[in-house]
Amino acid sequence: MIPITAPFTEEKMRSLKVGDAVAISGVLFTGRDAVHKYLHEGGALPAGVALRDGIIYHCGPVVLKDEKGDWKVTAAGPTTSIREEPYQGQIIREFGLRGVIGKGGMGERTLQACKENGCVYLHAIGGAAQVLAECVTRVLNVYLLEEFGSPEAIWELEVRDFPAVVTMDSHGRSLHQEVFEHSKAELENYL
Amino acid sequence: MNDLLDSLIEIIRRTSAEIPDDVQRSILAALEAEKKGSIAESAMKIIERNIALAKQKSQPICQDTGSVLFYVATPVGFDQITFEETAKQAVRKATLLGYLRQNSVNSLTGANDGTNVGPGAPSMHFHQHREPHVEVRLILKGGGCENVGAQYSLPNEKLKANRDLPGCRKVILDAVLQAQGKGCGPGILGVCIGGDRATGYELSKHQFLRLLDDHNPQPELEALEQDILQTANQLGIGPMGFGGKTTLLGVKIGAANRVPASFFVSVSYMCWAFRRQGVRLGPEAEIAEWLY
Repeated sequence: MIPITAPFTEEKMRSLKVGDAVAISGVLFTGRDAVHKYLHEGGALPAGVALRDGIIYHCGPVVLKDEKGDWKVTAAGPTTSIREEPYQGQIIREFGLRGVIGKGGMGERTLQACKENGCVYLHAIGGAAQVLAECVTRVLNVYLLEEFGSPEAIWELEVRDFPAVVTMDSHGRSLHQEVFEHSKAELENYL
Repeated sequence: MNDLLDSLIEIIRRTSAEIPDDVQRSILAALEAEKKGSIAESAMKIIERNIALAKQKSQPICQDTGSVLFYVATPVGFDQITFEETAKQAVRKATLLGYLRQNSVNSLTGANDGTNVGPGAPSMHFHQHREPHVEVRLILKGGGCENVGAQYSLPNEKLKANRDLPGCRKVILDAVLQAQGKGCGPGILGVCIGGDRATGYELSKHQFLRLLDDHNPQPELEALEQDILQTANQLGIGPMGFGGKTTLLGVKIGAANRVPASFFVSVSYMCWAFRRQGVRLGPEAEIAEWLY
C-alpha cells in the first residue's frame, strides 16, 4: 500500500497509477448527490469546506451522537459515483480537487478533468462500511445538515490509513473502461 | 404487542449487521478463488473483514441500509394492520439505535425526516398460509445495487433476443455486463421471466428469499441459473469490477405468466452485502426460530 498523506499535492496525485493500492490519511469531505447538484447550480461552498487540494468522498455515512454529544461515524462506505458524472468534472476544475473517492468508477468527462487538473479517482470497497468507519478517527464538522439531511450532508472527516485503489489516474487511464471493454469482448464468445 | 416490537427490532438489527450463513460461505469461497496478491483478492479480504467487524460491533454491514422490505406469511385471519403499525415503530426505533441509516427521503421535497417511515416505507408484503404461525422475512436492499437492476421487453433487436429462453439468457447477461462493479459485486441476481412491469420486478426480488445453494425445482430454470452463473464468472468483471474471477455469487430465476402482448425479463441485482434474515414467531410473538 502506498501511503497518501495530506497535503494532497498535484505532484503526489500525479505519481499515482491505475492499480495502485493506497492508504489515505488526512481530512476528507463527504459529498454526494445533493451536494454535487447544489455546487453545479452555483450554490456557495460553506465556509470551512476546503476542497482546494482536497479530496471529496462520495459517502452518506451513519453518524450518531455519543453520550458526550460528539458525532461518531458508525458506518461509512462509498456510494455509487457514476450519478455525479454530470457534475464531477466541473467541480474538480472549479474547486481544485485532487481526489475523488467513491465506488463503481466514473465516465469520460471526469477522466478528462482528472487528466487536466491532476486529480485521481480512488475506489473504496463498496459495502465495507465498518472497515472504513474504523479509519475515521474524528468528525471535525458537518455542513448543510439541516438542508440535505444526514446522508447527504457534507461531513468533514479525519481519516487514517483509509484503503482505496486508484482506478482512474491523471494520465488518462481508467480501469473501469478497460474491464468493460474486456468483458464485453469476452461475452461475445458466449452468445 | 411489545414482544412483537422487540422481535422486529431484533430482526432488523440482525439483518443489518449479520450476513446470512449461506452468503458468507459463498463469499469465503470467492475469496479463496481470487488470484493471490490481486486487487480483487484485496477487495474480498476487506469484505471478509467487514462482515466480521459488523457482526462483532452489531453495526450496519453497509451504511446504505437500503429499502426495508418485509415479507410476512400469516395464518388466516391475522391482524395485518396492527402488525404493520408495529413494524413501523420497530423501524423508527431501529433507526434511532443506528441499525438503519436515516434513509427515507420525500421524493417531492427532498426532505428526510430521519424516521425511515413514510409513504411506501417500509415496504410490506403480506401473504396468508395455512400454518398456525407467523413468519417474518426481511431484506435490506441498498440503492447502489437497486440502480443497476434492469427490465427488458422481448424481443430486443439490439441484443438479438427473441421470446424464448436463449433470448432471456442474452438480456440477463447484458444486465451483468452493464452492471459491471457498480452494484457492489460479486452480486446475486434475482430474475423474473414474465409478469407485468410491476410484478416482474416484485417477483425478481422474491428470488432473494431463496437460499444461495438451493436448486430450482424447474429443470430448465435450474439449467439457466447455472449457465448464467458460470458464464458471468468467465467475463473477468470480478469483485467491485476490479477484474477477477467472481462476478456473481448466485443466480435465482422464477417465472410468471404474461399476457400475449408482453414478454418482460426483470433483473434485480443484490450486492455482496446481501442482507436477508427471517424468523418464525412463537405464540407470544417472540423469535422461535431463525430461518437462514
